[in-house]
Amino acid sequence: MLNYVIRRVLYAIPILIGVNLITFALFFVVNTPDDMARIHLGAKHVTPEAIERWKVEHGYDRPLLFNQEAEGTGKLTETLFVNKSLALFALDFGLADDGRDIAREIGTRMWPSLAIALPTFLVGLAVYISFALTLVFFRATYLDLTGVVLSVVLMSISGLFYIIGGQYLLGKLWHLVPVSGYAPGWGMFKFLILPIAVGVVSGLGDSSRFYRTLFLEEIHKDYVRTARAKGLSERVVLFRHVLGNAMIPILTGAVVVIPRLFLGSLIVESFFGIPGLGSYTIEAIQAQDFAIVRSMVFLGSVLYIVGLLLTDLSYTLVDPRVRLE
Amino acid sequence: MAMNGGLSVRGLRVAIHHEGGDRAMRPVDGVDFEVAPGECVVLLGESGCGKSLTALALMRLLPDGLELAGGQARLGDTDLFALPEQDMRRVRGGRLAMIFQEPMLSLNPVLTVGQQIGEALEAHRHPTAEQAAAETSRLLQAVGLEDRHGTSYPFQLSGGQRQRALIATMLAGEPELLIADEPTTALDVTVQAQILRLLKQLRSERGMGLLLITHDLDVARDMADRVVVMYAGQVVEVASREALYARPFHPYTRKLFSVLPSAHQRHERLEHIPGSVPPLGTVFTGCRFAERCALAWERCHAEAPDSQTLDDGHVARCHLVSAPRPENAAGAGYPPETGRKTAEAEQVAAELLEVTDLAVHFPIRKGLLRRTVGQVKAVDGVSLSLKRGETLALVGESGCGKTTLAKAVLRLIEPTSGSVRLEGTTLDRLDGNALRVARASMQIVFQDPFASLNPRMRVGEILEEGLRSLRPELHRGHRADVVAGLLEKVGLGRDAALRYPHAFSGGQRQRIAIARALAVEPRLLICDEPTSALDVSVQAQILSLLQDLQAGQGLGYLFITHNLPVVGYLAHRVAVMYRGRIVEEGVAQDLMGRPLHPYTNLLLDSAPGRGLPEVAAAPAGRPEAGVGCSFAARCPMAVAECAQAAPDTSTLAGGRRVACHRVVPE
Ligand SMILES: Nc1ncnc2c1ncn2[C@@H]1O[C@H](COP(=O)(O)OP(=O)(O)OP(=O)(O)O)[C@@H](O)[C@H]1O
Ligand code: SF4
Ligand code: SF4
Ligand SMILES: [Mg+2]
Repeated sequence: MLNYVIRRVLYAIPILIGVNLITFALFFVVNTPDDMARIHLGAKHVTPEAIERWKVEHGYDRPLLFNQEAEGTGKLTETLFVNKSLALFALDFGLADDGRDIAREIGTRMWPSLAIALPTFLVGLAVYISFALTLVFFRATYLDLTGVVLSVVLMSISGLFYIIGGQYLLGKLWHLVPVSGYAPGWGMFKFLILPIAVGVVSGLGDSSRFYRTLFLEEIHKDYVRTARAKGLSERVVLFRHVLGNAMIPILTGAVVVIPRLFLGSLIVESFFGIPGLGSYTIEAIQAQDFAIVRSMVFLGSVLYIVGLLLTDLSYTLVDPRVRLE
Repeated sequence: MAMNGGLSVRGLRVAIHHEGGDRAMRPVDGVDFEVAPGECVVLLGESGCGKSLTALALMRLLPDGLELAGGQARLGDTDLFALPEQDMRRVRGGRLAMIFQEPMLSLNPVLTVGQQIGEALEAHRHPTAEQAAAETSRLLQAVGLEDRHGTSYPFQLSGGQRQRALIATMLAGEPELLIADEPTTALDVTVQAQILRLLKQLRSERGMGLLLITHDLDVARDMADRVVVMYAGQVVEVASREALYARPFHPYTRKLFSVLPSAHQRHERLEHIPGSVPPLGTVFTGCRFAERCALAWERCHAEAPDSQTLDDGHVARCHLVSAPRPENAAGAGYPPETGRKTAEAEQVAAELLEVTDLAVHFPIRKGLLRRTVGQVKAVDGVSLSLKRGETLALVGESGCGKTTLAKAVLRLIEPTSGSVRLEGTTLDRLDGNALRVARASMQIVFQDPFASLNPRMRVGEILEEGLRSLRPELHRGHRADVVAGLLEKVGLGRDAALRYPHAFSGGQRQRIAIARALAVEPRLLICDEPTSALDVSVQAQILSLLQDLQAGQGLGYLFITHNLPVVGYLAHRVAVMYRGRIVEEGVAQDLMGRPLHPYTNLLLDSAPGRGLPEVAAAPAGRPEAGVGCSFAARCPMAVAECAQAAPDTSTLAGGRRVACHRVVPE
């Protein structure tokens, strides 16, 4: 078991390095520092000198991989790759264009993101599972059919509609919650309700339909028939047997997103004016602040890989067949 | 179980639920039978005749889409179909329990065996925690498991152990009647014999009735007090075991007996039942068997027969019970014996295949760096030879390495060592083109006819594919002719080329697989359990086909099977494999009549239809298997020497080869 964990972690290292290389290629080779400078300076002010000055100011004046002019190991370390790309591993994200420390910014902005994403995730999981289980209990009746049709309808409506509709109904018309905004401390509570509700509802169709399929697949398996043949009640059959087995794909499928909850949602945060990492990214894209975008892309990939790792580990916890690998 | 009143079923009907007003499809259509208290009744019939649905209907556990459409079932004085669901739940797993065919799938994979037994106890006996633990341990013992198996998950148990665990859960409610739906079909013969013995013993210890569902006439002979034969959703014959096996009455039952392969029908064509089971939804005007019945006359097509009782208490659903067949009826009754002797290969035939010391070892990897820490010796020094026109049967339990050996011969797996010679050519170091050419002379037919055919290709395309790669010299038009010829040869007709595999039955698909193998004109055909997924009547057709092909083309067969009657029927020589080695080899009749190796003995004693003799247990304090004979741990004849050294293979009179310390050349 421990061996397995260690091996999995070791396997992740080359993948992380690969991700770093790809990030490097995207942001320094495809989109060179010269290009960045041009974009920032704007068409009017582009002169070779201005570009050089911008690069020096922002620390992009070094060669990509190999520094002819430096001494000794400096030939390799005094490069963009080591300073800007490998540094990402040490969570050294550098400074944004407005001069603020990106790492500090991330540290403060991840909490509002988490305050929305984590409850949305947990409430969503509970709601989707209960809804799907109800449909399965009433399978092949009109209730089931209605539920499935509803899911498909919910699925085919754009997420923006839920946001705008929610803001209009709950915020403007009924004045139940503020339309948008955020306050630190306990005051945040009333600002969070609407985005969380919208997040849960917009995922309802997709996830419930998927979970319903998982449950139905399980319910037709032979061991469920055995459970019924023992004289167990439908409640025990559904909860202990069907849910017990279907939770394996559900949980392990959910685990992969957990690390990325920190990053928040681009759309929800910018519509509701939440000062989280999602809106941070959106603002950076609008301001064409490549240092921030690069940091967020790298962070996103790393957290995804961590998520995959956790998924594999969670299998060993919930599925006895994998536990003893 | 004093209140035990037995089971009685009257007019049971199951319908496939239709939304529209379509005509009803009734897979079970008016079934009557009884099971007396403590009696064992076998429900016998071919695939799809409605055996499982009958059982599920009694449990009121019909799958979605099927519903009870009439009939009555009484267990003692309880009317099962009138009970509210609440009360039925107490009957299920309580007075009436059921075990299923697939032990691999019938236990919950994420709960331990103990939890699953506890759950059943909980539902019916509401024990305290200590009582439950004590009772679980008693149940495990009753089915021949140990306490430690209670904490195992199903995946940690073998197939036989799982079936035992399943039986234990179903005994928890102390049932009056246990329904067992093909409980041993998925198991090895030796394990099958153990499970059947267990069921017999539990039945007599607990005075419980047993309704055993099977398609295997031999299993029925070992187990039944009475046999109920089903055909197309109806009961066609009911008789005591003695009466049925001495004088089967119904033409269908008689046919079933005649299609069973056995050693004394050797080299005769097996009879077969023409046609196949009528599809669901067929509208019958007369007898359901009339289309396939050799004795049918006008009345059979016009009027459906009722069940009637014969003098000896037999019940049969056939017009022949009440009226003899009119003398002048069309058709000649049973056709004259079609069996024709194929000449034994008398002349000294040329050596076709020679396998010498073949070994396939798979590495076991462990630890952080997946280092190789040991080896699974799947095939461990096997030598075999096969002549043209000869059939060599390879028998042994699952996992003993039969399929690996076959694949290594075909070089689908790279052997670790040893050599394979085909018609004098050594295949060991061939590669690329040379290997392709060599492969064309050896083909393989697999167990599962469906899995081995690409569902998206027409049968004609499937056959042409092989031709194109292995016989590229053929022209397009010529290829189509060859395909048509092949299809005729395996008895399908040339129209089959235009259809897709799913349009064929299991037996027909196996014919397609055989046609595909024959397409490249091989000299050696390896058949890996080619009939084990098929019904007996279909098996007979395929075996006859294989015999015809051998007689016509001098094909050599390496025939892998665990079905000993098939071996007796088909094989010239037999090789018995255990844990990667050949432990005994010899001429078929000689070996089956006078087995020398203790393992061969065990296999033959385990074959159904021999009354399940008690198999001598291995002596206590037996030597641990290790350096010595690999069978030592199970061997009733093991001596001290067996633990110290693996026995060499010695050759006895008549070319028999045996690897056992206790068998010495005289
Ligand atoms: N869930 C289902 N929906 C529709 N038809 C079904 C269903 N289950 C079984 N059938 C059909 O009902 C008929 C009888 O099926 P059943 O399973 O009772 O056969 P069986 O005698 O047990 O066969 P086998 O030996 O293959 O287990 C078959 O034609 C089968 O195709
Ligand atoms: S009733 Fe006629 S067709 Fe049916 S089994 Fe009897 S003889 Fe054959
Ligand atoms: S060598 Fe010994 S253990 Fe092996 S089969 Fe012979 S008697 Fe049994
Ligand atoms: Mg069945």
